[in-house]
Amino acid sequence: MVAAVRCEKLVKIYDTGGQKVIALNGIDLSINLGELMMLVGPSGCGKTTLISVIAGILDQDSGVCELFGENVNAMRSKDKLQFRARHIGFVFQAFNLLPSLNAAENVSIPLLINGVKRAEAERLAIKVLEQVGLGDRWKSFPSQLSGGQQQRVAIARALVHSPRLIVCDEPTSALDHVSGHNVMTLLKEVALHQDRALVIVTHDARIFEFADRIAQMDDGHVVKIT
Amino acid sequence: MNHIALKMLMGDTGKYVGIVMGLTFASLIMTQQPAIFLGIMARTYSFISDTGLPDIWVMDEKVQFIDDIKPLQDTELYRVRGISGVAWAMPMYKGLLKARLANGMFQTCNVVGLDDTTLIGGPPIMLEGKISDLRRSDSVIIDVDGAKEKLGKPALTPNGTPVPLKIGDSLELNDHRAIVVGIAKVTRTFQSQPVIYTTYSRAKSYAPRERKLLSFVLVKAAQGQNLHELTRRIREKTGLAAYTRNEFIELTYNYFMKNTGIPINFGMSVLLGFIVGAAIAGQTFYNFTLENIRQFGVLKAMGTSNWTLLRMILLQAVLVGSIGYGMGVGLTALFGYAMRHSILAFKFPWQLLLFSGVGVSLICMIAALISIIKVIRLEPAIVFKS
Repeated sequence: MVAAVRCEKLVKIYDTGGQKVIALNGIDLSINLGELMMLVGPSGCGKTTLISVIAGILDQDSGVCELFGENVNAMRSKDKLQFRARHIGFVFQAFNLLPSLNAAENVSIPLLINGVKRAEAERLAIKVLEQVGLGDRWKSFPSQLSGGQQQRVAIARALVHSPRLIVCDEPTSALDHVSGHNVMTLLKEVALHQDRALVIVTHDARIFEFADRIAQMDDGHVVKIT
Repeated sequence: MNHIALKMLMGDTGKYVGIVMGLTFASLIMTQQPAIFLGIMARTYSFISDTGLPDIWVMDEKVQFIDDIKPLQDTELYRVRGISGVAWAMPMYKGLLKARLANGMFQTCNVVGLDDTTLIGGPPIMLEGKISDLRRSDSVIIDVDGAKEKLGKPALTPNGTPVPLKIGDSLELNDHRAIVVGIAKVTRTFQSQPVIYTTYSRAKSYAPRERKLLSFVLVKAAQGQNLHELTRRIREKTGLAAYTRNEFIELTYNYFMKNTGIPINFGMSVLLGFIVGAAIAGQTFYNFTLENIRQFGVLKAMGTSNWTLLRMILLQAVLVGSIGYGMGVGLTALFGYAMRHSILAFKFPWQLLLFSGVGVSLICMIAALISIIKVIRLEPAIVFKS
């Protein structure tokens, strides 16, 4: 069976004004389809760098990162963009919804990037919003929604184009306990299935129970997988 | 993605209005100041452009501009008339004379003497009376602005406005009686002095005694005659200067450009306006992109290509640029329209519209390019930073 993500000896070094900081120091990690993997660890341990490399928005300095058997780093930048647009969904800590677009328009963005016509994209977006319980709020702007609702819109945006990998960065850290729990339940129920993998970076111990596996990171290494 | 670009632009009404206002102000100062400059410069040659009929102006070869009168002998008129290719040639007197007003004050006026028979070279628009009324004794036609302002009769109340001169009123020109028989509309001159039209022979009687009093010979070329060829021939045969109307306008314009402080003073003002306008508009648009950099980062992370982002930013720049430019030139046009009866000089030709259009486009393009470079270099991983 092909793994959703396979990282081998990943190294990423940042050059900050002449000083070299090793963010990833030979990471080996594999994430299976149908799996929810959490990346945990102290600040500065390399979690965000790792999901950036996995999501194909940051290039590693050495090592291999394959997504569904394809080496994204070796792709031409145009192919990499298309791959990202087609196969990866993002959920961000700060939601990152476009404030001037309503919920349906925000959710439709990945479809528009993939070339779907506007009317069709918004129709599909409303359907996914219904799935996440916001069917009646599709006209609302981000400023009219609570934090939990905004994160649900963000989840709908990550799902709308049926990606095979969803990358979430601290999806619950801006939410209260109940909202955070609801968001994780939603992610597990709606987002996760046999053809898709979820990678979640988090500090929030309250949501560890939702993980299939937890990779603990420290100082650029994966120190433990449970 | 175009509608997303437009919604990003217009989503925050305050910021959107701010950008449009910045560009409106930029195009306003890029058009209003040059329009005033062009208006002032147009006044330097307004007398030539107002004198419509003649094709060629003949004068002393040392004349540098329209008000630099170096009189000729009357016999020069006949020499010009004798040159082949000349359909007709008429005399014109132009000089500064003092008019004595009803309150005893003196006002320097531009007195223009026209050929007694044909009255060629007269005012372009008669508001009251007829130009042929100049054939009556002691008659003069005065320009409407002069009649209302500098030649007006004393106000009826203290600090009141002067009572405009009207047909039938008289004034004194160099101890000679002059009776107003017409009011004309002429383009204001550079010095904004009143213009008084009369016949050539009467103008000579008003003027101080001098051996030479002929200021210009106005020439009409025969049909099919090449004007440059004719001016060359007049110069050769008479030793006088001969210019087509456009050449004489150019001579006058260039004199003022080279010998007065107008270009440097106004040029600085126009340049400063352009720089300030460019800085405001460019900075506003660049700030807008910077404020939206995270949103562009999100789009980039989700797979939007640099080309699409470039198109989005260009669309935003073109839209705010067009609206700002339209409003700016609209305001300038309104300003000119509101001031059309005032002493303010204002000229708004299509070339200025083009100039400011290119200016605003350049500002938007440069601001957009700087913004685009910022977005293209943007690391999409920025979206994972809280």
